[in-house]
Amino acid sequence: MISVKNLNKSFGELHILKDINEEIKKGEKVVIIGPSGSGKSTFLRCLNLLETPTSGEIYFEDIDITKTSQSEVNRLRQKMGMVFQHFHLFPHLTIRRNITLAPVKLKLMSQEEADTTADELLRKVGLFEKADAYPNQLSGGQKQRIAIARSLAMNPDVMLFDEPTSALDPEMVGEVLNLMKQLAEDGMTMVVVTHEMGFAREVASRVMFMDDGRIVESAEPEKFFTNPENPRLREFLSKVL
Amino acid sequence: MTLTALMSAATETIETAETGGFMDGIASFFTDLGDSFYENFIAEDRWMYLVNGLKNTLLITILAIIIGLVLGFLVAVVRSTHDKTGKMKFLNFLCNVYLTVIRGTPVVVQLLIIYFVIFASVNIDKTFVAVVAFGLNSGAYVAEIVRSGIMSIDNGQFEAGSSLGLSYSQTMISIILPQAFKNVLPALANEFIVLLKETSVAGYIAIEDLTKGGDIIRSQTYEPFLPLVAVALIYLVIVMLLTRLVAKLERRLAKNDKR
Repeated sequence: MISVKNLNKSFGELHILKDINEEIKKGEKVVIIGPSGSGKSTFLRCLNLLETPTSGEIYFEDIDITKTSQSEVNRLRQKMGMVFQHFHLFPHLTIRRNITLAPVKLKLMSQEEADTTADELLRKVGLFEKADAYPNQLSGGQKQRIAIARSLAMNPDVMLFDEPTSALDPEMVGEVLNLMKQLAEDGMTMVVVTHEMGFAREVASRVMFMDDGRIVESAEPEKFFTNPENPRLREFLSKVL
Repeated sequence: MTLTALMSAATETIETAETGGFMDGIASFFTDLGDSFYENFIAEDRWMYLVNGLKNTLLITILAIIIGLVLGFLVAVVRSTHDKTGKMKFLNFLCNVYLTVIRGTPVVVQLLIIYFVIFASVNIDKTFVAVVAFGLNSGAYVAEIVRSGIMSIDNGQFEAGSSLGLSYSQTMISIILPQAFKNVLPALANEFIVLLKETSVAGYIAIEDLTKGGDIIRSQTYEPFLPLVAVALIYLVIVMLLTRLVAKLERRLAKNDKR
């Protein structure tokens, strides 16, 4: 579904991603872990071109998104949901309008259809009663659940999560992770950058370890956590587990 | 009645009051004021100078605000798009020239140039010239105010819009500009208050605006006090009304900030 070839990304002198090759298949739940500054977020943000790669190719559903037109990129992004660390809900719109804005503006649904979809999604994330509230009236965990619902409204083929629980109070992490688990069980293809090792162990079909701009280990969670090969990963796991 | 005349009338009042003819003094003070009021505003329907002047002032201000808003938003969007994406180099250059020239020269000079140089050879309505001049002038200030508003919005809002598949312009119109507008509303209101008062130089191209109206009465009655104070009071009242209106609008827009 997503195929990355010789991906490089530099910010000026800083070489963040170094020759990354990766293949993500439909239905996979890939969890990316690694120390800060290792390039995990940059890698994720390259997948939907929030960061423009310096060189390399990224294929999404067999189209090289680094070479295609801006309007094609916009169309492909509809199929790639993204959830941010800091939610980025639209503070001037009600929760319902946050969810319906994109489908209606992109003429995928009428306002009525979008409202019905929004209500369904709000029930799914357990926040139906907040439909007419504004984002600032919600807690962090609730905001993140709404952000997930907003992405789901576009009916995406893959969901990208950029440290979705890192900005939350500890007691709110659970509700977001539970929702993500539910999504995984529904068969959604997911790429998740996180520090939640429990989530990685339980939900991931594959865990990747990034260090210094490279993917240095990629394995099933069982093998990844019990029998890591890379010495840097062993050191990392010994610190975080 | 001049200010000194009024003062001496007042002093007289106090003096007569001291000598016992208190009521007489007050009466004569108000009789003088009343006479002056009659002379300046009622006689020969002079109050119509103020009414017509006010009409022109409001017409010029409102049309200039509309031009300024449209122009300002366009320039702000061009400039911030260039800042964020590096596109629109040529348009951005034009906008920079516009901002530099307008903000670097006095509005009176701009007004005179537009009237006597640019529209010199065509016979054109003076009010139209004033609307163009003040609109162009205000646009430059509105542009910088709105641009500061756009730049104040967290980049995450752009990213959230893009990640949903919205185009740059869709994100700008539905997500960024509404938030930016709310943030800069007080600064915009201030700009319009300044604009209203700046139109008082329209008299330079012989438009009979509110200020000019008061001045015409002064030149006919040779009494500066009442006509000019009246003009000042009218400006003050409009500005206060405008301030109130904006405060109301701000409260309405702030409803989504409640926690």
